[in-house]
Amino acid sequence: MANIARNQLILAAAVLSGVVLTAPAAAQNEQFIPILSYRTGPYAVNGAPYANGAADYYNLINERDGGINGVKLLVEECETSYATDKGVECYERLKSKGPTGAAFINPLSTGITFALTEKTAADKIPIITMGYGRADSKNGAVFSYNFPLLGTYWSAADIAIQHIAKELGGFDKLKGKKISLLYHDSPYGKEPIPMLQVLAQKYGFEFTPIPVTHPGIEQKSQWLAIRQNRPDYVLVWGWGVMNGTAIKEAAAVAYPRDKMIGVWWSGAEPDVTPAGDQAIGYKSLMLQHGAGKFPVHADVEKYVYAKGKGSTEPSKIGEVLYNRGIVNAMLGVEAIRKAQEKFGQKPLTGEQVRWGLENLNLSDARLKELGFEGMLKPIRISCADHEGARDARVQQWDGKAWKVISDWYTANEPLIDPLVSDVSAKYAADKKIQPRDCSKES
Amino acid sequence: MIALGQFLEVLIGGLMSGVLYSLVALGFVLIFKASGVFNFAQGAMVLLAGLALVRALDLLMANGFPFWAAIVLGIGFGAAIMATTAWLIERFVIGPLVNQDALTLFMSTIGATFIIEGAAEMIFGSDVYPLRLFPTDAWFVLEGLFPGGILVNKLDVWGGVIAGTLVAGLAIFFQWTKIGRALRAVADDHLAAQSVGIPISRIWFVVWLVAGLVALVAAIVWGTKLGVQFSITFLALKALPVLIIGGLTSIPGAIAGGLIVGAGEKIAEVFLGPSIGGGIEYWFAYVLALAVLLVRPQGLFGERIIERI
Amino acid sequence: MLYREAGQLKTTYAEDMAVFPIRQDRIALAVLLGIAFIGVPLLATFHIWPFSSDYLLWAILLPFLVLALAAIGTNILVGYCGQISLGSGAFMAIGAYAAYKLGTGVHIPFAWLGFAISIPPLPVLVSILIGGLAAAGVGILFGIPSLRIKGLYLAVATLAAQFFFDWLFLRVPWFTNYAPSGSVNAPELIFFGLIVHTPIERYLLCLTFVAVIAALTKNLVRGNLGRQWMAIRDMDIAAELIGIRPLYAKLTAFAVSSFIVGVAGALWAFVYLGSWEPLAFSIDRSLQLLFMVIIGGLGSIMGSFVGAAFILSVPIMLNLIPTELGVPVSTETITHLEFIIFGSLICYLLIKEPRGFARLISIGKEKLRLWPFPY
Repeated sequence: MANIARNQLILAAAVLSGVVLTAPAAAQNEQFIPILSYRTGPYAVNGAPYANGAADYYNLINERDGGINGVKLLVEECETSYATDKGVECYERLKSKGPTGAAFINPLSTGITFALTEKTAADKIPIITMGYGRADSKNGAVFSYNFPLLGTYWSAADIAIQHIAKELGGFDKLKGKKISLLYHDSPYGKEPIPMLQVLAQKYGFEFTPIPVTHPGIEQKSQWLAIRQNRPDYVLVWGWGVMNGTAIKEAAAVAYPRDKMIGVWWSGAEPDVTPAGDQAIGYKSLMLQHGAGKFPVHADVEKYVYAKGKGSTEPSKIGEVLYNRGIVNAMLGVEAIRKAQEKFGQKPLTGEQVRWGLENLNLSDARLKELGFEGMLKPIRISCADHEGARDARVQQWDGKAWKVISDWYTANEPLIDPLVSDVSAKYAADKKIQPRDCSKES
Repeated sequence: MIALGQFLEVLIGGLMSGVLYSLVALGFVLIFKASGVFNFAQGAMVLLAGLALVRALDLLMANGFPFWAAIVLGIGFGAAIMATTAWLIERFVIGPLVNQDALTLFMSTIGATFIIEGAAEMIFGSDVYPLRLFPTDAWFVLEGLFPGGILVNKLDVWGGVIAGTLVAGLAIFFQWTKIGRALRAVADDHLAAQSVGIPISRIWFVVWLVAGLVALVAAIVWGTKLGVQFSITFLALKALPVLIIGGLTSIPGAIAGGLIVGAGEKIAEVFLGPSIGGGIEYWFAYVLALAVLLVRPQGLFGERIIERI
Repeated sequence: MLYREAGQLKTTYAEDMAVFPIRQDRIALAVLLGIAFIGVPLLATFHIWPFSSDYLLWAILLPFLVLALAAIGTNILVGYCGQISLGSGAFMAIGAYAAYKLGTGVHIPFAWLGFAISIPPLPVLVSILIGGLAAAGVGILFGIPSLRIKGLYLAVATLAAQFFFDWLFLRVPWFTNYAPSGSVNAPELIFFGLIVHTPIERYLLCLTFVAVIAALTKNLVRGNLGRQWMAIRDMDIAAELIGIRPLYAKLTAFAVSSFIVGVAGALWAFVYLGSWEPLAFSIDRSLQLLFMVIIGGLGSIMGSFVGAAFILSVPIMLNLIPTELGVPVSTETITHLEFIIFGSLICYLLIKEPRGFARLISIGKEKLRLWPFPY
């Protein structure tokens, strides 16, 4: 019985000691950047390459440039498993680490974004939701700390319809057609629905949303329904294993893969390789960049992988989601660099990095300097426009690689903006936020 | 005619996928029948079996083994892993908890689930591993009668054939072999079986081994369908209504329950779903199970639960 | 020596029937409450270790309190009344969404009847409590099958509730006030004119709820109703034979349990998360609550607290140890190790003491009463 008491004491001591060991690692001239990632669970197939890309880019900045103007980057990963409460816990644990706290947060999950929006605004840490997150957070006057860079889901929905119209031969040909949305039953999947309903009303096509319950491995009945409904196009808004399953099930009911268009989160190698040859013809949107190696990859290979500090196998460099991780990291780093112009070359607080983000302006020349020529178009973020750019292309899988099959599309701002103002105004009223006056911002 | 064709298609698709669910449910039934333990870890066992098989297969094929040899060796390796797991579980989890109540045993299998999931992913990796052992495309039958034909998926048909063979094999095993008889004796009454001289711990090891082999078969079929990945463990949740409807102690009940659940949920999703927004598959199966329970608390084919004070 | 009852004579019935008859217990409880209500906020306000950052309050104590409350509710159903329930997550969701709707104003138009029911936004405290009542109502509904179904079969029936409500809150936009993404924000927390905003205030709010409800529950389970529940748990047929009405006992167990779990759900959503989606209350949450109750001890209020602390802190601790020791382990391996260690701990605890930590603690107390003598 003494054993029990002793064991209890040991267990209690272990628990307590673990909990209170949160002393921050004090490194003085370093900028702390947390990486919220998920390398386990149903979404890990897509989350892992993204996190690898980001980690490699931060490493590159440290190894090649010695940091941002001499301020090295301190990076720490935290596993969220795509769960909201774990994401919140990771955020709380990492937000004050480093000399000045976290520079910015990348949750890579729309659900976690919703949970953190208020907290990040209160803690003054910018939350970068590149290509995902709240579509209404484009309005920087209300959402000072949210940055849905490069595209929101409403832009994505509009561009997908533009591409379909192009394939059919014109917007007038959309009338009477049937377009289904196979979506992940979560805030991520539901976000495009209002935009698609607006578009359906405007162009006269029949829009059918079809939900898939998390985690998305059961899709047989959805595809049987699609086979009966015979839509002309199916938009896939999935994540993780739902994507691969969608393509497989489409093959199992013989739905033509080239009539499936995935959003930019449903178009990566882990989604198409499980289905093998059956995935040939599947299309997806591109969040500006696609797969492939560009000058920045050569640098990553030279400065990071050659020294054995890479996060993944060298064969995976250049995949779609890996590139997305690099782009995301680059935008964050450039924001810090911009903020250092105003606040000095030292570790910065989240509030200062926010200013850097809001004034970020990457031209073609600068993108070429950074090694991203061919991957991205110029980006200009402002107080009123936290999206920065809303261009995309469409790519198609040919069995071995992704091929770009379209020109650049730009989302139809006049159509999207009324929805953005409506929903963000409602949020501002709910939360009693006084929208900033963007004309007065410096 | 079109409507009838569509209905038949969904019905056949549902029945087929139901058979695939019952492959997973069979493992539950085996263990519950022989030891009264509700094994929540069955889903994790399917994952472990699948990962062992697919990684062995990939390794052997990469080293130049011919396809057939690789498959045989891969299955052998998977079976060996499941045997080890069975031994470990019997020795360290179920054995020490021999006389505890059902809830404690159930919770210990949940603990085992975590251990198996974590260990499997740590040893074999946590990617999605495709398995290409059966064709997965579709047949279109009766094209003359119904425009467009009725869709029947080849993998589903293979799954049905395998499930039928498995059930037949298990029936023979239980009826006509010595070990099978011993298992039925233990299921009936542990103490009586022990007093007659049947070694309980060895019997339970055999039960968990057979359940592990059933999990391997389920992993082969489901792995071809979905790819071997972590989410396969969610199949255990889909198998529960199958078990309830069929009865926790009946092997043919597992098949019957599977057919009912599969057909029911697919028909509900395709025909009832759109009017209420879709996505009703999961809870429909459970509500169906609930309805059956209210009428027959032991399931359709289960043994009547007799309670004594 | 320290824990002697010698000299503590009871002179009234009230003293005899007290919840904590031994003076040392009362002192210990007073000290604990003192630390919880006064000590922690003081330390946190002045940022004294271990409250130098908000992390301990926000990410550990706050979820601990709310989940302990939910565990108390689950314990009533599973531990005291013996009805296995895997639907606790759904009841938390019902409490959260009902409180949300009441807090933001309910408007049900009966178009065909020509009028509409319109309730203005209610104060947060009232919304939370009525949210709990809504959960209790639904609990009674889903408890009706328990009259016919028992044991693990009932667990599956409660899973039906879990998945149904998962779907309901995702699909019916009325519950989320027609938000395009289905994610909702909690209304502002105004209690009696005070705005609850900082972590310390949230912590005190949850602590008050937990303390009051735990006290009420402790008395409830010691009384007639609690004894009926325990009789049903031990041998329900015998209980029925001696005159305990199973309908009344089981349904009240469901009702009280769901009320507490619903209030916990509303607190989880409003106070801890602030903005949530239906996946926050999925089956993982239900399983987590069941673990807490079983590891902590079935049929024990204190066990609910211990179980909640254990289940909450072990994953976090397993995450922190490698980083603090400086061992470079990938987050993936850490998560896998977490799974393995967590599962092994559950199995180990179940083998060593199937009745959970509460039993270990009560054995400890008994030994303490004799200490330093061995017997």
